[in-house]
Amino acid sequence: MPEIFQYDFMIRAFVGGALVGALAPALGVFLVLRRLALIADSLSHVALTGVAFGLLTKTFPPIAGLLATSTAAVAIETVRLKRLMPGDVALAVVLYSALAVAVVVIGLAGGFNVDLFSYLFGSILTVNNTDLWLLAALAAVVITFVVSFYPELAQSSFDTDLARVSGVLVFGVNLVLAILTGATITLSMRVVGVLLVGALIVVPVMVSLRVATGLRPAIGLAVAIGIGSSLFGLTIAFYANVAAGGAIVLTSVGILVLTMATEYVVGKVRA
Amino acid sequence: MTVNERNGSSASGVNLEFRNATYGYEAIDVVQDISFTVEQGDFVALLGPNGSGKTTLVRLALGLVNPTRGEVLLFGAQAHRFRDWHQVGYVPQTVEGIHTQFPATVEEIVSHGLYKGFDPTRFWKLGIPESVRISMEAVGVANLRKRRISALSTGQQQRVLIARSLVRDPKILLLDEPEAGVDAAGQEQLYSILRRLNTEDGITILMVSHDIGAVMREAKTVACINRTLVFHGPAHHITQRELSDLYGLPMDVLVHDLMHEHR
Repeated sequence: MPEIFQYDFMIRAFVGGALVGALAPALGVFLVLRRLALIADSLSHVALTGVAFGLLTKTFPPIAGLLATSTAAVAIETVRLKRLMPGDVALAVVLYSALAVAVVVIGLAGGFNVDLFSYLFGSILTVNNTDLWLLAALAAVVITFVVSFYPELAQSSFDTDLARVSGVLVFGVNLVLAILTGATITLSMRVVGVLLVGALIVVPVMVSLRVATGLRPAIGLAVAIGIGSSLFGLTIAFYANVAAGGAIVLTSVGILVLTMATEYVVGKVRA
Repeated sequence: MTVNERNGSSASGVNLEFRNATYGYEAIDVVQDISFTVEQGDFVALLGPNGSGKTTLVRLALGLVNPTRGEVLLFGAQAHRFRDWHQVGYVPQTVEGIHTQFPATVEEIVSHGLYKGFDPTRFWKLGIPESVRISMEAVGVANLRKRRISALSTGQQQRVLIARSLVRDPKILLLDEPEAGVDAAGQEQLYSILRRLNTEDGITILMVSHDIGAVMREAKTVACINRTLVFHGPAHHITQRELSDLYGLPMDVLVHDLMHEHR
């Protein structure tokens, strides 16, 4: 057996990485198509605020993170529905408010420490069985949601008005999508880190939207790229002794760059 | 009120009715006191200069916005409470998905028209039903069925959206400037499709347009709005004077523009 599989923490990292790699792009497809990719960034910072509260109050940080991101998801979608402010501005306001609160709470909790860094940048060494069980449960919920509500997700991603006039309850679908995105970000923090999880929501999707024909194949390809990036990045991280989150995201960005370069060359050859 | 009771009122032959419909925000009315009815089988063209409230009127008809005063009745029900959506086809001027590398194929988009509420098994149904094939053929996009919607021309996309509406077997079709950005040949194809849907299939059509020449040729009824309703009646009753008043330009200028557009 290769050395890499002899460590329990690496097995846990691979399982966690594969789950995150599948979950993030499965939701990301519908976020990118709605031009809501930035919601991942906003919810990441909200999750960070939740973690800071968790550390301050000595409760399990992911629980506080889930509460915070769900609240923010409801707030963002309500603002978008009521058109209280433009969507991108709403996301920016949430992002900076959350970051400001996080900074204050982190100060109260005694400043930056190892625990906080493990959430900021991910820390495969600290991924434990509880994290994995939570991720697996979330994966079950997300897969059930995407499959069962596939027509609603597809229609409201294509055009909001057209979906509403077809009888789709767009607000409800958007709300659940935002809440599940928040949950995915929160539970992915230990694996790739709060600052990088947004990349896994967006980058694999950017590749698949360039290549795939058909919405189902696009989802499948994005998930495959997400899982592949996670496993490959973790392997690189192990042997090169570099940060896992960074290696995972750089792998997915590498795939995107390779795809674009190939398109460019193929275009030149054909022309 | 049940769905059936709502449908009962359509037996009178009125598909859509504006009753003093007014919509505005921040104390400025975008459309004001609009009243007219659209009968079953009519072909209504909605004319008006830019910013006259044409699109707002369509959004009111579809219940996407609520009137600030007055009423909009779709098959006898308040438009924003209407739920019987299979009776209504909508072809917007542009869809959000066109701009985002939307990966769905033409037949997937047309299949969206089949939506009839929550069905968790849809994801696994990969086959394309006969009704989708028939609709694609009716508008001449069957040969494009495996292509990505975002890779098509504007005219082709419009026809795909019409096919998507037709799958629903609608009684009324609302189109918002379907000819915008479409070349002359594509426009002729579009109008011939609409003509056939109206005369052969008896589908009511309400079409926002800026193409006066085509409207005069194709539409049975014309509604001219410029915030308020300026003219409503048979297409051949509209005078040059009314058109000039509507656009604030002499008719020969409008006709000249028209020639220019079609050259």
